[in-house]
Amino acid sequence: MNGAEITQLFDYLFMVMLLFIGLAIIRLQNLFAVVMLTGVYSLIAAAWFVSLSAADVAITEAAVGAGISTVLLLAAMLLTSGKAKPTTAFRHWAALVVMTAAGAAVFYALGDLPVYGAADSPANTGVGMAYIDRTPAEINIPNVVTAVLASYRGFDTMGEVFVVFAAGVGVALLLNLSGRGKRGED
Amino acid sequence: MNPYVVLRVVSKLLIPLIFLFGFYVHFHGEYSPGGGFSAGVVLGVGVILYALIFGMDAARKAVPPWWARIGMAMGAFIFAGVGFVSLFMGGNFLDYTALDPNRTYLGQHLGIVAVEFGVRMSVTAVIIAIFYAFAGRERTGDTAEG
Repeated sequence: MNGAEITQLFDYLFMVMLLFIGLAIIRLQNLFAVVMLTGVYSLIAAAWFVSLSAADVAITEAAVGAGISTVLLLAAMLLTSGKAKPTTAFRHWAALVVMTAAGAAVFYALGDLPVYGAADSPANTGVGMAYIDRTPAEINIPNVVTAVLASYRGFDTMGEVFVVFAAGVGVALLLNLSGRGKRGED
Repeated sequence: MNPYVVLRVVSKLLIPLIFLFGFYVHFHGEYSPGGGFSAGVVLGVGVILYALIFGMDAARKAVPPWWARIGMAMGAFIFAGVGFVSLFMGGNFLDYTALDPNRTYLGQHLGIVAVEFGVRMSVTAVIIAIFYAFAGRERTGDTAEG
């Protein structure tokens, strides 16, 4: 077994673990356990991203998914009940129909996707290769991801920052602009 | 005071390391995976961990809420500001080469560092602000309908 095959084995292992955690999240009624499992889900997803050599995404997923969103969900859970209401049988069947249709559509589209790790996939040809070719000459930093993110696609990234800013302003306006809750002045 | 001595001691050791890692992810982002977004998130997590262990009041003293509010606007402002500076120096919007007409790389590097700084500032501040907004609420507070 060479290295690539072992990493691919890990990919399958992580996918199976994600599937089972997803099933457990659906089955459980105890919201505390659900919140903890979503954190575990993010952590395993982060490990999977490392296995796929996407370390940037893995750092962010581990910090946002396993850290921040778990804490925020816990904080939100403390404000409500700790138990989920049991879902009715009709909603189960409706969800099953929707998921079957969506899954069938995904499987139908699967044939058009490039093979895993293919050298001639759209991501590895065209503009992606152009960035890799031009970064040493034009920007001269080793991390092409940073070059694309900050320089070639700087305008996109500015949009992302403004989206993050808008999210922060939105939450601050909805919940509490001062961020101080009901307590007195600090 | 928090009775969990192990948590307090371990987090006292870990929180500086988390911040160090956050700054490393930021400033080493040109050479290794990472950048403003990841670094901002890691720094935000450090503050949240501090707030969880030592309480909201201590966290508000360390990182005041007004800092988070100003930080998220300043980060976006810095990013757009770099774009306008390069515009005024004769380039296109966000064309960092214009920041230094003589040496191409220096302008690009300056622009990337400045922009990533803005990203990191905005992301950290937004995460802290959202956390403060959530954690500052109480169960029977102003959540009642009416």
